[in-house]
Amino acid sequence: MSNKASDFIEMTVPAKTDYVGVVRLTISGIANRMGFAFDEIEDIKIAVSEACTNVVNHAYTDSEKGQIRIGCGVYENRLEIMVVDHGKSFDYDDVNKSLGPVEGKSVEQLNEGGLGLFLIESLMDKVEISGEAGVIVMMTKYLHRDEVEENVDRTSPAPTQ
Amino acid sequence: MNLQISHEETNGVHYLTLAGEVDAYTAPKLKEMLVPLTEEKNAQIVIDLANIDYMDSTGLGIFVGALKSTKKNDGTLKLRGMTERVKRLFEITGLTEVMDIDNEVKGEAR
Repeated sequence: MSNKASDFIEMTVPAKTDYVGVVRLTISGIANRMGFAFDEIEDIKIAVSEACTNVVNHAYTDSEKGQIRIGCGVYENRLEIMVVDHGKSFDYDDVNKSLGPVEGKSVEQLNEGGLGLFLIESLMDKVEISGEAGVIVMMTKYLHRDEVEENVDRTSPAPTQ
Repeated sequence: MNLQISHEETNGVHYLTLAGEVDAYTAPKLKEMLVPLTEEKNAQIVIDLANIDYMDSTGLGIFVGALKSTKKNDGTLKLRGMTERVKRLFEITGLTEVMDIDNEVKGEAR
């Protein structure tokens, strides 16, 4: 399979909740074009929103006017989405320990936050998180073409030149 | 902006019907409506999610917070009418174990 993205889409939006839905709709349009199934598109929408919401809630202090950068690599067999900020980074291992499904916790022990990263990891096929100055979340969803009905509206991959 | 909330009170039970999207943008509106109800003593709250088109962990967080608050005040919180998509989120996160969920009553029954 090709390792070169046939198309790359990039956008930068202010790190405000107002724009999380805008990013979600854009990515949903791209995934739809690529021929993802309805449920897969919904998964991608949630994962992207979670990543953007994390940036809005955690990356910047109130006085900073931060931005969210989103990059989308459209491949023949997959969609790669990168969500990047330039705010504070965090200790991933540390955060990861506190994540996970509810499993056996009592209502009092439940945390209102912390489900976002867990959902991203559950809904996408591959997730990598890195970053020293800020955080980069890189997530991949594979197209399972053989299981998907041929969609008339789907664009064929652009020929590589 | 993309979340509609209607609130009715019948025989002391608060019925909230949500329609649209619950995300980081619409969350404050839902919280503003829901939190004061959960702080009432012995409140009984039923939330209908049949017309939710989109929800993410922000919404789950609100319901977890609301559940804690109702328990603290000896009230009850019930969610109903979830679509398959929304139900899946509760299942993945394990929240089906702790929340009172009744999906038998579908959205049509009003």
